[in-house]
Amino acid sequence: MNPAVELQNVWFAYDNHLAVEDVSLTIEQGEFVGLIGPNGSGKTTLLRLILGLERPDRGTVRLFGESARSFEDGERIGHVSQHATDRGAAMPVTVREVVSMGRFARVGRGRMREADHQVVDEALATVDLTELSDRRLDRLSGGQRQRAYIARALASEADLLALDEPTVGVDATSRDEFYSLLSRLHHDGLTILLIEHDIEVITRHVDTVACINRELHYHGDSVSFLESEALSEAYGESHGIIHHDHP
Amino acid sequence: MTEEQRPTADGGTTDITGSIRGQITACLTRSRIRRLEHAGLGIAALLTLAMLSFLLLEWLRAYSGGATLLYSQFLIIGEWLDFYLGTIVFQVPSTWRALATAVVIGVVAPVIGAFLIHRQMALIGETLAHTAFAGVAAGVVVVAFTGWQGSIILFDLGSQGALLFVALVVSALGALGLQWLSDRSQTYGDVPIAIVLAGSFAIGTLLISWSREFAPITVDVEGFLFGSLALVTTAGARMVAVTSVLVLAVIAVYYKQFMFITFDEQAARVARLPVDRFNTLLVVMTAVVVVGAMQILGVILVAAMLVVPAATASQLARSFRETIALGILAGQAAAIGGLLFSLLAGLPPGGSIVVVAIAIYLLAVVVSNRSPSGVPAY
Repeated sequence: MNPAVELQNVWFAYDNHLAVEDVSLTIEQGEFVGLIGPNGSGKTTLLRLILGLERPDRGTVRLFGESARSFEDGERIGHVSQHATDRGAAMPVTVREVVSMGRFARVGRGRMREADHQVVDEALATVDLTELSDRRLDRLSGGQRQRAYIARALASEADLLALDEPTVGVDATSRDEFYSLLSRLHHDGLTILLIEHDIEVITRHVDTVACINRELHYHGDSVSFLESEALSEAYGESHGIIHHDHP
Repeated sequence: MTEEQRPTADGGTTDITGSIRGQITACLTRSRIRRLEHAGLGIAALLTLAMLSFLLLEWLRAYSGGATLLYSQFLIIGEWLDFYLGTIVFQVPSTWRALATAVVIGVVAPVIGAFLIHRQMALIGETLAHTAFAGVAAGVVVVAFTGWQGSIILFDLGSQGALLFVALVVSALGALGLQWLSDRSQTYGDVPIAIVLAGSFAIGTLLISWSREFAPITVDVEGFLFGSLALVTTAGARMVAVTSVLVLAVIAVYYKQFMFITFDEQAARVARLPVDRFNTLLVVMTAVVVVGAMQILGVILVAAMLVVPAATASQLARSFRETIALGILAGQAAAIGGLLFSLLAGLPPGGSIVVVAIAIYLLAVVVSNRSPSGVPAY
């Protein structure tokens, strides 16, 4: 089975600024990987390379065995972005309309059929937004909105879910619920790539950690990560960490 | 929440006070609103079909001499209207032609506008209008130098039609150029657009002044700038009808894709939608709608028809589908109301329609619980 994501010796620079330096990383299907690094470390750039939105200057990026740039099965990728890149703040759209957008990649030019609407309903139910489905998106809380975007990815029956700091501005309780939802989806077989800069969140919830600061400083399980030197290397000496017990 | 309680914008329910707004909102329960909307849309659809059939009948009459009976029904209705209103305009075909054009524009402009205003592309409409003006001027020069009378293959557009046709071509090319420009600058930024906007208008004025020396056509500049009922020739009205039907068909087929791209262009790219192609299509369709609507509204005000009814709809709508529906209602109300006012008061149609559209918008702002800051129009 092809790995979900495969980067080999990837270099990428914006103008004269080197953002990604010789990164090689493989994410197998079914993994839950946390990508962590300080601000400006190239996490979002790496994600854009993985999603095929940018072309690497050197090296290759593969999605499910194909070149990410020419990867055509957009419905297999779910993407929850960092800030609202969408017009949710101003545009009148209901939650259901947003979640249905996830289905459009599968439906193509035709009309949405009964089966498609059912998938949308199931996606809404999975994230527990069924009661709010006819409400305008801008009337939802931050946490609810992020769940709507996950439902959008579920509606497209994505195999890979990529989230870029999805809980910025979300309250603590909603955050816990959010990560429980991700764990559940992971147990159902979804491959998840989660970008976070909160180290505690990452180590508590994911199997595998990839730590990046332009270069890849670490790639392995989360327990060993904390015990390694990678944090200091990536973040610099003056970082602090709240210790907590691992199961 | 029961059906009798008025849902407020934040999803809760409100205490019905004795205020006027309270009375209004008490009347307008969700189910009643839905029924009103459906009724309104039904009327709008009937009107549009009636007006389109008028244009079709006129065309049939001109080319085959048939359909005279149905056609004259419209003129008979016009005579009745004149009798009751004490006017003389409604029995004349050109009035019906102008009315038909206005009705169709009232449908298609807000539909396109809904996809523009949420991406800060409304300024594109304004720019394309100015490009169309340059196109008209270019048309004058083309006609002067080539002696073209306006016949293409089997169609005879007439001299005004010829100008419109050139304007259409120039505007469509302008749209492609704008798209090219914005692809390079990542956004539909201010400066390149301002340059194209001002530049095309400047070129237009220069061409028109220069052409006065030798052109056989006198261009009704004021008419093109402010709109004029006299400008709506048979060719012009037919052009609006045909292009509007095409634009509406394209939007109906690709509604999902356009909605997705409008809402979240980046997510649409991740989902591998051909975003650039759809953007180009949208801008070209805007150019087409603008050239058609320009006849009645004039170059200066035509962009308002793209923006104001769609903004009205955004104030009130609870879903994007509803935005389109309400946009059509607001657009038609403005177009018909404004045109009737202009006919009865003898004032320019462009200003009349836009004033009515804005009045409807302000009403929507008052009635909705939402602040009007939501939609950045320019």
